[in-house]
Amino acid sequence: MGTTELLGQVKMRDPDVTVAKAPWPDATEAAVPGAAGLRASLRRPMLDLLAYPSTGPLVALIVIFAVFSLTTSTFMNLGNLSLIAQQSVVTGTLALGQTLVILVSGIDLANGAIMVLGTVVAGSVASHGDVMLSMALGFVACVLVASLNGLVIAQLRLPPFITTLGMFTIVAAAARLYSQSQSFPIASNLLSVLGTGAEFGSVVLTYGTMLWIALTLVLGYALNETPWGIHVYAIGNSPTAARLNGVKVTRVVFSVYALAGVFYAFAAWQALGRTPVADPSGYQLANLDSITAVVIGGTSLFGGRGGVAGTFVGTIIVVALENGLTQAGIDSLYQQIATGALVMLAVGADQYLGRR
Amino acid sequence: MPKRETPRSHRMVVLAGYLIAFIGVGVGLATGTGHAEHKRFLIGIVELQLTNPFFVRLERSAVETARQNGLDVMTAEASTAGDSATQITAIENMINHGVKGITLDPANATALVPVVKKARKTGIIVVTTNTSLAPMTAANATYETDNLQAGILIGRWAKAIMGPKPAHIAMLDYDLSDKTSKARHDGFLRGFGIVEGDPQIVGSALTMGNAETGQTAMENLLSAHPDINMIYTINEPAAEGAFFAIKNAKRDVLVTSIDGSCSGVRAVADGTIGATVMQFPIRMGKMAVEAIIKAVDDGVKPSGFHNTGTVLITDHPVAGVASMDSKWGLQNCWGK
Amino acid sequence: MMTPVFAVDPSLAMQATGLTKHYGHVVAMEGAEFELARGEILAVVGDNGAGKSTLIKALAGALIPDSGQVYVDGRPVRFASPLDARMVGIETVYQELALANQLDIAQNMFLGREMRKPGVLGAVLRQLDKKRMRQQAVGQMHNLGIRVQSVRQAIETLSGGQRQAVAVARAAAWGRKVVILDEPTAALGVRESHQVLDLIRRVREQGLSVVLVSHSMPEVFAIADRIHIHRLGRRAAVVSPKTIAMSDVVAVMTGALPADAVVSAALSPANAQGFA
Repeated sequence: MGTTELLGQVKMRDPDVTVAKAPWPDATEAAVPGAAGLRASLRRPMLDLLAYPSTGPLVALIVIFAVFSLTTSTFMNLGNLSLIAQQSVVTGTLALGQTLVILVSGIDLANGAIMVLGTVVAGSVASHGDVMLSMALGFVACVLVASLNGLVIAQLRLPPFITTLGMFTIVAAAARLYSQSQSFPIASNLLSVLGTGAEFGSVVLTYGTMLWIALTLVLGYALNETPWGIHVYAIGNSPTAARLNGVKVTRVVFSVYALAGVFYAFAAWQALGRTPVADPSGYQLANLDSITAVVIGGTSLFGGRGGVAGTFVGTIIVVALENGLTQAGIDSLYQQIATGALVMLAVGADQYLGRR
Repeated sequence: MPKRETPRSHRMVVLAGYLIAFIGVGVGLATGTGHAEHKRFLIGIVELQLTNPFFVRLERSAVETARQNGLDVMTAEASTAGDSATQITAIENMINHGVKGITLDPANATALVPVVKKARKTGIIVVTTNTSLAPMTAANATYETDNLQAGILIGRWAKAIMGPKPAHIAMLDYDLSDKTSKARHDGFLRGFGIVEGDPQIVGSALTMGNAETGQTAMENLLSAHPDINMIYTINEPAAEGAFFAIKNAKRDVLVTSIDGSCSGVRAVADGTIGATVMQFPIRMGKMAVEAIIKAVDDGVKPSGFHNTGTVLITDHPVAGVASMDSKWGLQNCWGK
Repeated sequence: MMTPVFAVDPSLAMQATGLTKHYGHVVAMEGAEFELARGEILAVVGDNGAGKSTLIKALAGALIPDSGQVYVDGRPVRFASPLDARMVGIETVYQELALANQLDIAQNMFLGREMRKPGVLGAVLRQLDKKRMRQQAVGQMHNLGIRVQSVRQAIETLSGGQRQAVAVARAAAWGRKVVILDEPTAALGVRESHQVLDLIRRVREQGLSVVLVSHSMPEVFAIADRIHIHRLGRRAAVVSPKTIAMSDVVAVMTGALPADAVVSAALSPANAQGFA
């Protein structure tokens, strides 16, 4: 198979024509332009350490766990840790789709509402009998709406913020209209299967947790090991540069939103596994939670930098904060302050290190 | 330089937008007109956010009562909890449209007072439903559940059921700046015979009054305090969520709630919830609208506080606290 | 007035005749001629608004002319997009460089043309062959004499000159016939400009023909084999730096000097004379 590229049979020119080496400046000089003083001397080691975008969040996670284990004796026991894992699956799966969208410099304010729509559609159809149909329709609902976002954003070039904000309003209202604001209890084992799993004493490893981890790994592979992944990052860096190099930007951006919709469908399944009730007034802030998880995880809101490893850590941070603060008896409003402060820290760190 | 033309696709979107807007307005106008033959006067019904099925039922009851009596109806709702701005704007519109009466479920007890005063000055009868203004007399009359009493009922039941057993209580509240939420919370404490900060309360958390937040809060509290053996919950969805957490943790915890929705009463019937206190939103809406009709027809203005009723629903009655069983509950419940 | 008789010359790397592009009433290009000899560095100069970028875009496939014909190695070609030009062996380095800043050198070298692993891994799982891409990137940089710490360095850590070098190296690696460079030294300082010019010479030594759009006369005279002077949407003249003075080139550019007042270095007979 040799050096054949994707389009046609254009070979990279065989670099076997040896040429006299010409002097060229050492790349170590002028590597980080414009720094001075303390910032400069701090920058180098920090840059090296934080070369991996997930380092910062990981440190934050360790600090948070350390603090909580000191304040609450029950925090670090295996039962609670497995509880945190279970509590992470919905936000975590939503955040995987959000990561994709943010990587191409977009944002998805509608993902929570899309997920809720999926649960409501599945719940209402299942209450009339056909479970397989309910799953299929719930899945289709999520992917369809997300693809519509993708179409408007990629093809018509409308701004993602406005588009998904509008879609959020429409979908949330649609879900309530469809269900008459009532919720549907879930009787089907298949719909709620992700809440069950393997039990080892107080530790429960739910299928939902396993699925979340598996989805993270799959998306990580797609982003890091395939041409499509490179194109996603390239578009986040500069859509113009990507286009000039033959990347089909419109197609890739659309695929990002549509694929995110698939993750939202999985998130809906996760939600029904966690709480076997399809509630149109549930998860009202899930969109913001998913964005928080992505940003705290180190993915840049400007696109092109970050990834699912960071999001995974970011999700756990968001969930652990609520878990730990509730157990410590601290008002949930403080939890919101803590989360907001962490977001600002994450974005600030992103800026300070001169990434953008 | 050539002029940059609006791409065809953009223009199509704008056109589609206008089309949708026109259709929306058309549909709105068509359905806005009343069904009855005798159109006597216009009534305004202002409600809280429709994400809560209780408010949905309350509004529907008011609207149905109005329509059955041949009235024209204008409705408006807060978009979220605490959204008084939308309600204020709606009432101003209703004044302009010449409503003769307004039923209002205020998003904020003080913010709505000025606009209500304005309405009453023009002769409009304004009654509040579900919760009152501050002062209560800013409106002609109020039709609401006595939420403090609801809390007291459930608190007394819980105390009696626990008996001599030491109680380790968890409170699953909603935002305590919400009047209803605070009243129920305080009522429970009073009914149980304790005060804020009593050591029998091992943990508390805020929920959004829905299942998934109830579940998460309960999970976290149980993780920190495995000895919890009873919970107070703000409403039945939160109780339902808490129940999932309890089941998953394989504990035995007494669950109490308030609201009286049909799904809540079914939970009482199947043992998920130990007891709940029923509200009567259907009665509330009906009474409020009928009071306005009476005022407009006969000139007899409504006044005062009208308790639309609280009834303890349980299949485990205790001495000294009146209650009805779940069978009765299912016949009188609201919602699904 | 001479009526040009156009004849295709297969020994020329690229030729174009009669290229025209109108935007409404604005004439961006009118009957433009172009020729590029094999293995030469042809500088394209012209005043602002002369239509250089329109010409370059037509040659690079970024623009479809209203009329006219482009030939590569004597064969007529039609470009519906830059991809078509690439297929024929023409690579372009735009002024914005088209580099993804947070991706590394190797990833940028293969952007849009990534290599996948052989067999199932590549075909079904679509897995990138990162090792091979890096090896090839290293090889290419080495052959062009460009020194960087690692091909795994992100573009944003490189200086302006180095970024330009990477962009040129990419075009040279993929280009089989022609590399078009649009103002490569416009944003660079003196020393880095010299280094880029050296690089361009090495690209030519690899057997590619180079079209170099430039505003800098000294640079043009330092490196170009011939100079294409563009004016008012068409080629005014093509001259050799050996037989013309810098000031005369500028004069033809601005119209102060008519085209037939300078010695033409055109190779193809019909491309001999444009219109002043």
